Amino acid sequence: MILSPVNTSFRSPAADRALFRALAFSAGAVAAILALILLYLTLASASLLFVDAGLWQLRWQPSAGAYGLVAMLVGSVAVSLLALLIAVPPGLVLAVWGRFFAPPWVGGLYRGAMGLLASIPSVVYGFWGLVVLVPLLNRWAPPGASLLAAALVLALMILPILVLQADLALDEARRRHLAAAMALGASVSGTVRRVLLPTAAPQLVPAVLLQLGRALGETMAVLMVAGNVVQLPDAITAPIRTLTANIALEMAYASGEHQTALFASGWLLFVLVTLIMLGARAVARRAGEGRVDAH
Amino acid sequence: MLLRGICDGLKRAPRLAGAIAMAALILSGCSRDAGDRLVITGSSTIAPLVTVIAQAFESAHPGVKIDVQAGGSSRGIADVRQGLAELGMVSRALKPEEGDLAAATIAQDGIAMIVHRDNPVGALTGGQIVAIYTGKVRNWQEVGGPDAPITVVNKAEGRSTLELFLSHFKLDTPAIRADVVIGDNQQGIKTVAGNPQAIGYVSVGTAEFEARRGTPIRLLPLDGVEASTAHVARGDFPLSRPLNLVHRGEPGRVAREFLAFAASPEVHDLVTGQYFVPLAGR
Amino acid sequence: MRIETLDHASRSDRLHARWMGLVAVLTLLVPVLLVGELLADGLPALTTDFLLSAPADAGRSGGIGSVLVSTLWVLAVCLGVVLPLGLGCALFLVEHVRAGSRLERGLQLALDILGGVPSIVFGLFGNRFFAVELGLGFSILSGGLTLACMVLPLFIRAAEQSLRQCPVGYRQAAAALALSRWGFVRRILLPTAAPGIALGVVLASGRALAETAVLLFTAGYVTRWPESWFNSGRTLAVHIYDLAMNVSGGGTNAAATALVLLVLAIGIQVLAAIVGRISKGASQ
Repeated sequence: MILSPVNTSFRSPAADRALFRALAFSAGAVAAILALILLYLTLASASLLFVDAGLWQLRWQPSAGAYGLVAMLVGSVAVSLLALLIAVPPGLVLAVWGRFFAPPWVGGLYRGAMGLLASIPSVVYGFWGLVVLVPLLNRWAPPGASLLAAALVLALMILPILVLQADLALDEARRRHLAAAMALGASVSGTVRRVLLPTAAPQLVPAVLLQLGRALGETMAVLMVAGNVVQLPDAITAPIRTLTANIALEMAYASGEHQTALFASGWLLFVLVTLIMLGARAVARRAGEGRVDAH
Repeated sequence: MLLRGICDGLKRAPRLAGAIAMAALILSGCSRDAGDRLVITGSSTIAPLVTVIAQAFESAHPGVKIDVQAGGSSRGIADVRQGLAELGMVSRALKPEEGDLAAATIAQDGIAMIVHRDNPVGALTGGQIVAIYTGKVRNWQEVGGPDAPITVVNKAEGRSTLELFLSHFKLDTPAIRADVVIGDNQQGIKTVAGNPQAIGYVSVGTAEFEARRGTPIRLLPLDGVEASTAHVARGDFPLSRPLNLVHRGEPGRVAREFLAFAASPEVHDLVTGQYFVPLAGR
Repeated sequence: MRIETLDHASRSDRLHARWMGLVAVLTLLVPVLLVGELLADGLPALTTDFLLSAPADAGRSGGIGSVLVSTLWVLAVCLGVVLPLGLGCALFLVEHVRAGSRLERGLQLALDILGGVPSIVFGLFGNRFFAVELGLGFSILSGGLTLACMVLPLFIRAAEQSLRQCPVGYRQAAAALALSRWGFVRRILLPTAAPGIALGVVLASGRALAETAVLLFTAGYVTRWPESWFNSGRTLAVHIYDLAMNVSGGGTNAAATALVLLVLAIGIQVLAAIVGRISKGASQ
């Protein structure tokens, strides 16, 4: 039998049973929050979701009664994936560097800086994008406010937490394997590449997923730099609108069916995130089974 | 064993949540009884103005507390209808289907076309603006400017500035070809200030203030009338809107006093301080 | 342990160290510019008076005292819920759920999804559930509770990761010594995991502090000094948003407020690091 936290047997007095109940309650509460949100969103968008209201078309023109969400769905996915593509490679490099190559105090300082950047409000990032990045891009490819601008700002926003979480996963892997690998005479870079990154991968995947979720859900920053035109992007420099930006832009001024359609945007996003998470978990599980378990 | 634990936990959850909710209700009940409280929700454009008016009102009426919440004109209307707020802030005239509400105007606001300061185009006719916004004219050269593509900045659907703009130029949303769609005024100003080829429209007072303090934007005259708060005040600027406080039925004592205060000449400085146009100015 | 001995590292390691260092510096360039701009814009406005007085003239003048207090209250509510609930859930995952079981997968998925729910949806939900259904209205309590729902997954992830780092040997030793699970959790597991949990607190409060959309719908817009948990109170991020997007001429104070937010974040980080280190030290 493999040793794992769960099947280490402890003496089990009353305190443990109380502890177990408390813990089960917390886990139940998390599940309940999720269920409540799903219920709320579904109820709020039900009147459009379960009839053929044309949500699956391109045209979004609330004043004309057209509530197509497809273009914004594409926008959301495109922006988030591009942001991940931009942020993940440097994120990993930074985590590895901070843990294994930088002098300890520099690494610590670097992680501190990342924690700090993570708490800059998205408005500030968005504002910077609006006054610095968009005019810059505009010189190269008008109107500047675009898929690319949004992805860049998003990448900048998700990078800090990505670095911190990758760092945590690498640190654990390091504790387990670095000494052994170094004793065998391997170089640090070789060890990182061949031992530590593969070991940390199962934890890196959820960390990246969490950031994908965050990118999909980011509102204020994207709203300021994406251009918000409802269309399928024909270029990386074309303006697009995401589902979240759509909610934030129009919710305050919507009523009736228009409002319901905005709730449906939220519902769609929710389903999208669920699907992505399910798929990615399946991939991660297969990858986890494929590699030799080092525990 | 595991499942039973979760079931136990879940069985307890509603009871616990109920207890928390009850406690919350009781406590919130207590705190709400203290003093007179007036809740005003609605348009984020008006919210800063009403906030400063409310501050002045609070200091003149000790014990009264006014909570101003921003969230859009339609939120203001919905909250007043549901009784969640006594007054709603609405940055446009009421529509026919909103006849159940009464509006009190507290200030005026105009909408100005703006371009980048470096744009040599001095004025555009109504027809030219329509052609630009419908995508028939796509280069500044066609309206007497440099050879550069036009970046059309439009407001998001439902915003009252958009509705006003559309009805003035007799345009329809589906006909508009925008390159950038924006939300708040400041976003419009920052977008145009950062893009020499852009054209957009924002609140006159804000644009006037920004242009004066050096932001690289320029206000275009409309139908030959200079875009300025002075013209909005005089009433001859063609694109203007009322900023309203709406209520349903007979307002309460505090609300009535507040409405009277917000419409009185006492608040003129506060209104101009937020770059809107006070009422009796015309 | 760390590889301090450079003579042990090969030449390729030094090469790698160099290009990675370069990437690190380049990546930090943009955020540094951003913070530099904030400093240039905001520092002149940052006075003691600014920190102590309430906003006036829609935030163009006056200070952010009341906003700062509201922010701290909202954060206290949020962390007060997230710490016990999140730690409980993380412990449940680590201690009671078999890896790979259906329950484990279900809970992990629930966390992933919850972490992926857009914040604006949390805002709409919190407004409906806490403010309307539970009758809390626009209040610090509504805001804090909604934020708690939002940052729970982030915190649980961090806590879970650090709880899992506790070597199985500790656990076996504890079991051999006939320690109860509760005793093990309290005396060994939590102290060993303290730095990671502290990081979770930092991440969670960082996101909570940075959140705008959620709080606009729940904690509200009022700039008065808060007197109870049931008062509406504007947080720093909402204030920044309003000043930057809604109030012309609010730019300077928006930058100054952003600086205060940053200092607050540094403070929390330092505090969490100290607490994490102390509780880890106490266990050894």
